[in-house]
Amino acid sequence: MHFPQEVLIPLLLTLKVAGWATLFASVAGVGAAYLLARRRFPGRDVIDAAMTLPLVLPPTVLGYYLIVVVGRRGLFGAWLEETFGITLIFTWQGAVIASTIVAFPLVYKAAVTALEGVERQYEQAARVLGKAEWTVFLRVTLPLAWRGILGGAMLGFARAMGEFGATLMVAGNLPGRTQTLSIAIYDAVEAGRDNVANFLVIVTSVVCIAILVGSGRLLRPRYTT
Amino acid sequence: MRIEVEIRKTLRADGREFHLDVAFTCEDDISVVFGPSGSGKSVTLKALAGLERPDGGRIAVDGRVLFDSRNGINLAARERGVGYLFQDYALFPHLTVEQNVSFALLHWWQRRPTADMRRRVTDLLEIFELTGLERSYPAQLSGGQRQRVALARALIQKPAILLLDEPFAALDPLLRIRMRQELLNTQWLFKVPMLVITHDPQDVAALAETVIVLRKGRVDRALDLKGAPYRDPLGAPVRGAIRKLLLETYGEGVSGEGTEAMPGAN
Repeated sequence: MHFPQEVLIPLLLTLKVAGWATLFASVAGVGAAYLLARRRFPGRDVIDAAMTLPLVLPPTVLGYYLIVVVGRRGLFGAWLEETFGITLIFTWQGAVIASTIVAFPLVYKAAVTALEGVERQYEQAARVLGKAEWTVFLRVTLPLAWRGILGGAMLGFARAMGEFGATLMVAGNLPGRTQTLSIAIYDAVEAGRDNVANFLVIVTSVVCIAILVGSGRLLRPRYTT
Repeated sequence: MRIEVEIRKTLRADGREFHLDVAFTCEDDISVVFGPSGSGKSVTLKALAGLERPDGGRIAVDGRVLFDSRNGINLAARERGVGYLFQDYALFPHLTVEQNVSFALLHWWQRRPTADMRRRVTDLLEIFELTGLERSYPAQLSGGQRQRVALARALIQKPAILLLDEPFAALDPLLRIRMRQELLNTQWLFKVPMLVITHDPQDVAALAETVIVLRKGRVDRALDLKGAPYRDPLGAPVRGAIRKLLLETYGEGVSGEGTEAMPGAN
């Protein structure tokens, strides 16, 4: 077993993909959650359901949708390739898109709950003290909702790390380029390389436990309301 | 300082409708809007601060129009230059006393006050006897200290007027008497006109120069109490009588705790 090639490369790739996916899913998830938690508009419940959809759809369905949208002949993918010469299919960036989609609902749901838990009175107090909406959000709403949002982002990261189906369809199984841990495990088991599979499984489990414990410590309350 | 209020608003909740239609003008250092719960005083105060939008009417403070439905004027809460003391103070739980008080001075990218701001905060904290609590969080403070922090936070911007929403409701009776006195001192020291809303007749007796009584969304009466100054012994019986009158006339939904530990009030 060649340690760097078989373990380190998929591990680093997985962390890179999951990291970017968590970042994108967090920004989008918090933004969408803020609109849903603070604004009242018609069709709100439909949008809420649509945001949660990736949580319940089979990954293969998501993967298919993604191919339709960002594939070489896809709605967005064809334009991207013609205009900028960028292809997302079979690249690690494609894997980031797939992971972002599956991680999104976890961050979004947690953020909606966290933002709804922030008492309006604190925001009103900030407004009366002369603050614009952006400052109110950044200095009052976000810090007060931070713990719940971080909890959602952690789950999103763990989900992105384990992402398999949609990633396989969009990014494929290219060792060193798009082969993430979960795909490498599948590949190793299929090829009968049990020792590699064992090692990868243990590494994945340890990394996930380390992340959960570490973020659990970060989440200790600093103050009480 | 002249506060002109004339607002209309229809509120709906649980299939019931509530019509608010109030108009009053006050020019005193401390005006009190008194009313039993559900009389519309809270909505009136929020409308003044820009936290609630009336259906129609006009609000002006010292000639500066904050809201005028006919001319399409509706300044955002942040542009109104009013101070607001929330009933349970709404101190930011994630910020220290110092950060709470300097909040109005900070830009969005600033987490902590600059040396210059810190001096202003320190001076203010000294006036409110909060020195030494700079690094404490609101949860670690007593009720009286919380109110002082909230007052300091509201006054650091030198607002044109300070609006107070049931300022003593969150305090225990003995502390209430002391904090009323402190509020009078604060008014005297900062010369900031105050508009207090309350359902406690004792607040009217202890603070008001003018009292505007609301009932069922309308102004029921307005009384001038300047002839009975609080510090003047001759004022006390008149104020006691006013308190009794309010208690008897608006008994339902009015704080009965007014009878607490207030010697000679009856």
